[in-house]
Amino acid sequence: MGKPSDLVQGTLDLLILKTILLEPMHGWAIAKRIQQVSGEVLQVQQGSLYPALHRLEQQGWIKAKWAESETGRQAKFYALTAAGRRQLEAETANWNRLSAAIDLIVSEA
Amino acid sequence: MRWVAQLRMRMAMLFGRGRAEARLDEELRDHLERQIAENVAAGMSADEARFAALRAFGNPALVREQARAAWSWTWLELLLRDVRYGARTLMRTPGFAVIAMVVMALGIGANVAMFTIVRSVLLKPLPYPDPDRLTMVYERGVVDDADSQFNVVAGGMFAEWKKLNSTFQDLGVAGNAEFNLSGAGGQLPEKLNGENCSWNLLTVLGVKPALGRGFTADDDRPAANGTVLLTWGLWKRRFSGDPAIVNQTVDINSRSYTVIGVLPAWFVYPEDPTVQLITPAYHDKPAERMESLGNHQFQVIGRLRPGVSVDQASADLALITHRLHNAHLDNPIVARSAIARPLLEDMVVDARRPLYVLFAATGCVLLIACLNVANLLVARGAARRKEQAIRMALGGGRLRLLREHLMESLLLSVAGGTVGMALAWVAIGWLVHTRADLSRVDAVHIDGVVVAFTAGLMVLCALFAGLIGSAVARDERILVSLQESSRGASAGQGRVRLRRALLALEVALTVVLLVSAGLLLKSYERLRSSDMGCTTHNVLTMRIGLFGGRFNDRAEKANFFSELLTRVRALPGVEAAGFVQAVPGQGYWGDGPFSIVEHPPLPAGQTELALYRWADPGYFAAMGIPIVRGRSFDAGKRLDGIAEVVISKQFADQHLPGEDPLGKHLRVDDQVMTIVGIVGDTRYTPSEDPRPMEYLPLYTGFPNNGTLVIRSSHNVEQQALPVQRIVQAMDHDLPVSDVMTMEQLLGKSNVDASFDATLLAAFAGLSLLLAGVGLFGVLSYLVAQRTSEIGIRIALGARREQVLRKMLLDGLRPALVGLALGLAGSVAAAREIASMLYGTKALDAGVFGGVSAAMVLVAAAACAVPAWRASRLDPMTALRTE
Repeated sequence: MGKPSDLVQGTLDLLILKTILLEPMHGWAIAKRIQQVSGEVLQVQQGSLYPALHRLEQQGWIKAKWAESETGRQAKFYALTAAGRRQLEAETANWNRLSAAIDLIVSEA
Repeated sequence: MRWVAQLRMRMAMLFGRGRAEARLDEELRDHLERQIAENVAAGMSADEARFAALRAFGNPALVREQARAAWSWTWLELLLRDVRYGARTLMRTPGFAVIAMVVMALGIGANVAMFTIVRSVLLKPLPYPDPDRLTMVYERGVVDDADSQFNVVAGGMFAEWKKLNSTFQDLGVAGNAEFNLSGAGGQLPEKLNGENCSWNLLTVLGVKPALGRGFTADDDRPAANGTVLLTWGLWKRRFSGDPAIVNQTVDINSRSYTVIGVLPAWFVYPEDPTVQLITPAYHDKPAERMESLGNHQFQVIGRLRPGVSVDQASADLALITHRLHNAHLDNPIVARSAIARPLLEDMVVDARRPLYVLFAATGCVLLIACLNVANLLVARGAARRKEQAIRMALGGGRLRLLREHLMESLLLSVAGGTVGMALAWVAIGWLVHTRADLSRVDAVHIDGVVVAFTAGLMVLCALFAGLIGSAVARDERILVSLQESSRGASAGQGRVRLRRALLALEVALTVVLLVSAGLLLKSYERLRSSDMGCTTHNVLTMRIGLFGGRFNDRAEKANFFSELLTRVRALPGVEAAGFVQAVPGQGYWGDGPFSIVEHPPLPAGQTELALYRWADPGYFAAMGIPIVRGRSFDAGKRLDGIAEVVISKQFADQHLPGEDPLGKHLRVDDQVMTIVGIVGDTRYTPSEDPRPMEYLPLYTGFPNNGTLVIRSSHNVEQQALPVQRIVQAMDHDLPVSDVMTMEQLLGKSNVDASFDATLLAAFAGLSLLLAGVGLFGVLSYLVAQRTSEIGIRIALGARREQVLRKMLLDGLRPALVGLALGLAGSVAAAREIASMLYGTKALDAGVFGGVSAAMVLVAAAACAVPAWRASRLDPMTALRTE
């Protein structure tokens, strides 16, 4: 397996927001989910994940709650706020525009 | 409501930081454990699983740092850490910290105090509505000399201006008045300073009484009943703030006046803060004086129409005045022109230059203080180079090191500024107390702007001192400084050069301050020792004014004065006594036209003016004014029986040159008088040269007020009470005021000069001290840095005198460069203060020479100790240091 691609700065925020859209999750689960859904292509480094989570929390896009997890221990669950939902829509639209544009250029040849 | 969430988050981060940190650790640990569990599930052993998880996780401390970095308030945390670190560093060298703080406190304190005064006195608008439209109007060109630029106004001229002008909304007139407020209900009579104002003056200013009503046009007629407005202070003091005083009557100058109102507490009469009561001018003053075109004695305050400039107003009134002048060519003392200037400017015109000079001086002191602190910081930086270099080698950010530097100087200047603010507060309290005579001193307050100014000053000083202090550290090449700070090498030249430049600048500023202070001190000494033309030792003066029914009679007044003088002269210990309208040093008082009967008449429209004083025959002897020729007035004659006048020597020289004045006749106010004596010249104020003066006989009974002078062989102050008792016994309604010795009186008229000179000298002394300390510090540092070098030199046979000379020259060179710069700067500064000097040239060789000598001496003394220490070094010990 080759070295996993580094995540483009800013894309991580989008991935996190998207991942917790359906249900609140704790940090480890978020990282795992991203890894699984991307077919092991995207590996989130802990060094990036937690700063990003805390930054999103400071921005008011996600909120955290301590709750009992499936292991029976306390874990910090992150959930999307209303503002986060709007931010997710905006970032998704932005991403679609960007990736379509890149696709146009790359597939031209 | 995202901002609410953000705000809540911020608050949580600010107040629950410790908890948040524990939670973060917990979160990260949870993550790690899940990873381990997953690894175990994948078939690893427990230890293996743990290491693999840790490897995948990376540096936990770094992850934690980065996550924390996303929190709010991180800057605050860092700031607090810097503050703690800075405070700890400073605490390690308490001597340095205290000295630097005191230096900053003095510098900032002096500046805050001066800023408060300059702002309050010169810049703050007057407390009236639309103060920009208030102007003071003067006559110009009554006689053709430079002093007549801003002349007080004749009542008749004011009336014409008021009637004919098109640029003023309204014009009011006012004249100074001394009031005897006499005692109702056993209170002592009191002499008060007041104003006679036209009824509309207060409306021109926009002032409404706090109690009762203001004047109306009806009050302001000769036939009206007397009315008076009290100031708040007088009302509180004399009438215990009793509102029932309104509509009651009081006795002023033995006439009955109804109190119609009390002025608000904030009101201070613009041109004279000592004014305590106001009466209507047209009621109080004789009608002919209010209509005269030649009797110049009033102040005119006007409110411009909206949109009219001061220049337009000046032009308007100048034209009216000129027409009037041309219509009265036979009257020589009708003004030719007029000029208006803003009221605020008029009030502070005399205070402006001295205040700005003092402000500039405090600015210099602060700059010197900052340079000194910067110098000290450079020295400390040098001692810590190795530490810094190592930190930088280990990857410490330059910005972070710079921030530490700045934090130290910021701590110093904040501490200094806080102490300085307290100093300023004390200084301002002292100034307001001692200089109650200063124009607008009542407006001096510390307010928000001053506090903001102080804060700004602190930051500025911190940046200045800190950045200079770290300027060298920033350029440092790590390896070089690591080598340099190892044993055996001397300090890099860059840092030393910077410190020398700072020192030279410091010395230069000090020289400028010293020269300015020296000039002002010399000028003050000249003022103090200026020859008044009379005895000033053991002479007591007091002012007395005769008012009231019986004193409308000239004979009564003449008798009173003569009786008073006889009784005073009979007191034991009194050597001589006299009475005059104003003693030398008591001010200009008045001048008037005269003509010499024996001379051909001057062309129409021209006249000559001289100062005049009413005096009793014994005045010249009592004051020690020499009678050059002839005699004093005939003491036996009274009233119209005396047609005699005494002139001053300068009067004789100027108006009767080359002829014998005795026996000639002067015509003054249509009275012809024989010149019987010539007396020595006296000065009306210490800073002005004597002017021609004529003395008119007191016993004609015309004047009703003046100064009683008493001379005694010793302890003349003791005579004050007995003399006042005599006055009381003769008329219990007569107040005596301004009881002081001649020395006190002259000191009072020199108070401005003394104040400016003393303050500036204090600032200069302070900066001399700072510069001396700076020199000492730098040279001591240089010697310490070069200990091993000097040791080698001595070991190789350098003689101790050579070492001494070399070190001394090293220290003196920046001082000499600074001295040269400072002398050049002083020439410019001296030009600026030339108008504040009396009897002293701006480029006074004595002052410049003295300052240079003093500076060199102080510099030599400051350098001598470290240089001597260097020459005494024991080479073996020196080589072993490190």
